[in-house]
Amino acid sequence: MDDVTPYIVLSTILFTIGSVGVLTRRNAIVVFMSVELMLNACNLALVAFAKQHGNLDGQVAAFFVMVVAAAEVVVGLAIIMTIFRTRRSASVDDASLLKY
Amino acid sequence: MGEFTQPLMEYGSIWPLFVVFGVACLGVLAEAFLPRGRRHVVQLVLAVAGLLAALVGTVLVGMDLEVTEGGAARGLFGAAGAVAVDGPTVFLWGMLLVFALTGVALFAERRLESGVSAFAGQAAALPGTEAERRTQALDHTEVYPLLMFAVTGMMLFPAAADLLTLFVALEVLSLPLYLLAGLARRRRLLSQEAALKYFLLGAFSSGFFLYGVALVYGFAGSMSFAAIDEAVRNDTENRGLLLVGIGMLMVGLLFKVGAVPFQAWTPDVYQGAPTAVTAFMAAGTKIAAFGAILRLLYVAFGAERWSWQPMLWVVAILTMLVGAVLAIVQTDVKRMLAYSAIAHTGFLLTGVLGVQGASALAEGQVTSLQSVLFYLLTYSFATVGAFAVVTLVRDSSGEASAMERWAGLGARSPLVAGAFAFFLLSMAGIPLTAGFTGKWAVFTVALAAGAWPVVLVAIAASVVSVFFYIRLIRVMYFAVPEGEVASVTTPSPLTTAVIVVGVVGTLALGVVPGPVLDLAADAGQFIR
Repeated sequence: MDDVTPYIVLSTILFTIGSVGVLTRRNAIVVFMSVELMLNACNLALVAFAKQHGNLDGQVAAFFVMVVAAAEVVVGLAIIMTIFRTRRSASVDDASLLKY
Repeated sequence: MGEFTQPLMEYGSIWPLFVVFGVACLGVLAEAFLPRGRRHVVQLVLAVAGLLAALVGTVLVGMDLEVTEGGAARGLFGAAGAVAVDGPTVFLWGMLLVFALTGVALFAERRLESGVSAFAGQAAALPGTEAERRTQALDHTEVYPLLMFAVTGMMLFPAAADLLTLFVALEVLSLPLYLLAGLARRRRLLSQEAALKYFLLGAFSSGFFLYGVALVYGFAGSMSFAAIDEAVRNDTENRGLLLVGIGMLMVGLLFKVGAVPFQAWTPDVYQGAPTAVTAFMAAGTKIAAFGAILRLLYVAFGAERWSWQPMLWVVAILTMLVGAVLAIVQTDVKRMLAYSAIAHTGFLLTGVLGVQGASALAEGQVTSLQSVLFYLLTYSFATVGAFAVVTLVRDSSGEASAMERWAGLGARSPLVAGAFAFFLLSMAGIPLTAGFTGKWAVFTVALAAGAWPVVLVAIAASVVSVFFYIRLIRVMYFAVPEGEVASVTTPSPLTTAVIVVGVVGTLALGVVPGPVLDLAADAGQFIR
């Protein structure tokens, strides 16, 4: 069994950077990139745990996550594009018609 | 090298899932190859035929499930252990397919917008431009395949027996809904904003969910629920991984059902999305996500109950209070229904906290799983019906969801207002409606499990919610209309059918709940 702790630590750091990015950035595209960073942190953790346990489940899961992330990009960019073309702005602060 | 073993697919039991998925793919092909004029009819026929075939299939599969585990559960694992087809799965599939059919009926309604559907003619055309005016007469038929993909994800979600399938199902059900939320024909800006908010928050929460998957996999060394359950019972190492993992998985799942503190998207998306989509997702997402929550917590983390129960107590209490209190101050009917949906999530969570084993209960009493299944059914009938009524109440600018426009509706359209009032009474849990029976079921199982503080809060929240439901009824029947008022547009038989289904279901489950409760009890427990 190999020691995979450094990889897990790295993945938690990446995940934290991603989630802080989602919460603080204003541009929808950058928010979305931060989400992608979180998903990649998950992939790193999955692959590291697969190495630790010596089975392939985690690696297979990482491939699935990549495909799902790609699908999410398609949907996400379509939504962000329409809202940018309508408002000439991709800031998440500007989209504030719906509240309370 | 080990010998190659053929994976056990059990197509005979999981084919309803493939039918829905196959029809969704056919819908995409139809969209690509058919001339525009014929698409609407073809898509509608495809969707209805696919859902009906899957519904018949679900009943057939449900009738010959094999008994396992000494009679406590019935079912088998299909798709090489990734999908569990058991009593609760079949019950949830049946519910999902029925409410998907009502969703298709609402999607296909074309009389309200004088000949076109409630979806934007071309989603890419900018609001207020020449391009939008030119595409005004077009019909958006991609919504049917999108709905079918969402239904596929919803059916897979509560049936998933490993974490990876659970994650894929979560995305398959979410991605089409993000798009559908942004396709409204009127009030395009609100609709697009709803889609953006739903998408960004949804993607954020699925990031947490996935990290939870990774941590629980790191703890157990396997993705399958059965192996996780075994690891939870035997392994004492690395419990930190397990606890953080459970927490992060629950973030993703509680987001989908709109539980506090992950409820922020619910009112915005319910209000901004086309009302037909709101009706479909309010029922479908809740059914699918509660099925998944129950299976994950009971099967994979059943032995870890003492860690997740206190967390769910807090979430359930907060959800009921926030939902009920914030609904009081709403001035928009769709938004009020959204906050009431949040409160109902809290009531459902109360049921999740209840007694799981049939041995700890009196003869004839339902378990927590069965009470939640029953509550989901009662809630969905009332919600789908209520949103169907909201699509009818219109003024010159489209749907009039502002509450003051509804003043005096009871006098102008007694039938529609009466149906709406009936749905509201059911949501409030007045006796002789389905809501009362559902609330009774979840409260008793929670009480039997000793969760009396949660039940006390639940009863208080029910009392508060009676106030705002009755207030809306008062507006419809007793308020004097001022300014422009909304009136009821006559719909095609499709929407009428949906409302009738809602009324009949709500009334039947309220007056004679026995048969359906027996059906839920027959569903038995999850297979492990």
